[in-house]
Amino acid sequence: MAQIRIENVRKEFGAFTAVQSSSFTVEDGEFFMLLGPSGCGKTTTLRMMAGLELPTSGKIYIDGEEVGMKPASKRDIAFVFQMFALYPHMNVGKNMSYPLISQGMPKADVKKRVLEVAQILGIDHILNKSVGGLSGGDRQRVALGRAIVREPKAFLMDEPLGALDAEFRERMAEELRALHDRMGATTVYVTHDQLEAMQMGDKIVVMNHGVVEQFGVPQDIYDWPATKFVANFIGSPPMNFLDFHGIIGSGFDAVDLAGCKISIPEMREGAEGDLTLGVRPEHIHFSDTSEYRGQVVATEYLGTDQIVTLETPNGEVKARIASSVAVAAGEIIGLEFDSRTLTVFSGPKGHALRSSANEKVLAHG
Amino acid sequence: MSFSVTAPSTRQKWIAGILVIGYALITLLPLIWIVATGFKSSPDAIAYPPKIVFDPTVEGYVNLFTTQTRLIDGNAEAVEDLPWYEKLVRERGNTIVGPSRFSERFFNSVIIGFGSTFFAIVLGTAAAYAFSRFKVPLKDDLLFFILSTRMMPPIAVAIPIFLMFRNLGLNDTHAGMILLYTAVNLSLSVWLINGFIDEIPIEYEEAALIDGYTRFQAFYKVVLPQAATGIASTAIFCLIFAWNEYAFAVLLTSGTAQTAPPFIPTIIGVGGQDWPAVAAGATLFLLPVMVFTILLRKHLLRGITFGAVRK
Repeated sequence: MAQIRIENVRKEFGAFTAVQSSSFTVEDGEFFMLLGPSGCGKTTTLRMMAGLELPTSGKIYIDGEEVGMKPASKRDIAFVFQMFALYPHMNVGKNMSYPLISQGMPKADVKKRVLEVAQILGIDHILNKSVGGLSGGDRQRVALGRAIVREPKAFLMDEPLGALDAEFRERMAEELRALHDRMGATTVYVTHDQLEAMQMGDKIVVMNHGVVEQFGVPQDIYDWPATKFVANFIGSPPMNFLDFHGIIGSGFDAVDLAGCKISIPEMREGAEGDLTLGVRPEHIHFSDTSEYRGQVVATEYLGTDQIVTLETPNGEVKARIASSVAVAAGEIIGLEFDSRTLTVFSGPKGHALRSSANEKVLAHG
Repeated sequence: MSFSVTAPSTRQKWIAGILVIGYALITLLPLIWIVATGFKSSPDAIAYPPKIVFDPTVEGYVNLFTTQTRLIDGNAEAVEDLPWYEKLVRERGNTIVGPSRFSERFFNSVIIGFGSTFFAIVLGTAAAYAFSRFKVPLKDDLLFFILSTRMMPPIAVAIPIFLMFRNLGLNDTHAGMILLYTAVNLSLSVWLINGFIDEIPIEYEEAALIDGYTRFQAFYKVVLPQAATGIASTAIFCLIFAWNEYAFAVLLTSGTAQTAPPFIPTIIGVGGQDWPAVAAGATLFLLPVMVFTILLRKHLLRGITFGAVRK
């Protein structure tokens, strides 16, 4: 097992830049998520780690060794494809033994090892079956089995649950995470599903347009997004953005929103012009005493919670509040924000301004 | 206009059956006639009205494989000791003086037909794989160029090819004919196999690369088995062309490398019009392609429809 380090890696396809100078480190034994919308460069990044694409520039280290230009077959990593890519002309057992045969392992050992792994995955009864007739879940398990048998330095997975139906996906996600905990293998996992990333990952990299937007543990990324993109991409419903025009200086601990003073964490840097206050739906509370008001547009009932959409002087917001609170459309309600949790974004790319609350997270993001 | 999705009625099945059998009879009749004529005696073969029922004889086949001459009287060997085919020939007052050139010409057809098919498939697969998987500069133009070699009938360039072959000393050689048929078939094989390889997801090869195999091993062990169907059907098309080709064979071969198609008509001229021998030659000539096609029949059907449905 190994640490994977990406340093200033860049990938161009002709005139199109798929990945722009990215750097991050996957620690040994980590379950690492590469998260982003389609076309953001996450799969290209993964393929460069695997050696299926060569970086235009930059360096990739696996276990301290620079492998950027090495062919895939020499990197000792395993790759799980979204469509599984099980060899259709071989049965389950042959598929799983294929990586071992390439290493010249004796036949008896191969058989033993394949059976061992098949038992872990619960597929030892289908070893002689053709892969064509398998269910999605079993195909997934065979693909995992083929990856595990060799005990590679790292597992790279490209949306491995993407081809499964929703019901099954959850179960496989749990199985996958349990398997990882059992083996402790470094795993890099590509997904566009933010829930999957938060649920399974030890650490997440959020990418957009080939740029690493933020990199850290799921909770830091959720609580303290480094950019508006991350704030919007993660969380459902996403973070609310209250746009306002004003000046913020270092040391400020409040902003002026439509004439109301809203307290925020103490700022460490200043900005002026078009700014945005970011607030998570669960950090909005109804309060009769608050001067900042919004009119209810719609409500969505979700069981324990409800999502209330309100029109405020600074745009639409969604609040997550308990279902027990009775709300009717058209009602005007006073809103209060958890001041400890707020983030101010500024600039054309919507970078988060550093404050006493998020400076630690942003320092290494 | 609406289409019925219910099962066909018995009457519809009967009508369909009669149509199919009728069509099969019409297309197969010449073949049946050729095979039957091969087993007729010379008078039966040209009898009018044509004989449907006749005494079968292998005379035609004996004539096909032997060279004969008129038996001069006074050659009084004991007839009982002669082999059966000599007896058959004696009945018409002839005697066998040696084998004919048919088996030689037939063997030429086998070497040239299968040889050119082999090269067209090997080179075609290699080129198709490269076109399908690598960034080839001017790929589309090259593919179009390859296709364009089929845009005129090959015989249109017969004279330049004849002159080239004469200057290069390739006239009437096996190598020359294999080269020519390979060249003509190559565009077909590149295009067909390229289509088949395009259909195979690249992930299979990538999986093999990750599993520790080289690119060649990945091609050999993963791509080739999956493209086998397409390659087999392409091979049939190539073989049928090379096997049946007549015009170039007449023009460029006369002896050593002559194939069966230009040879069979020459039988007519030997000792009158020996239609049974011609028919026997044609029957034997049809067999290899028939056997080859039947063996690969399953692949052929799958191959033709392969890729018709988008996944």
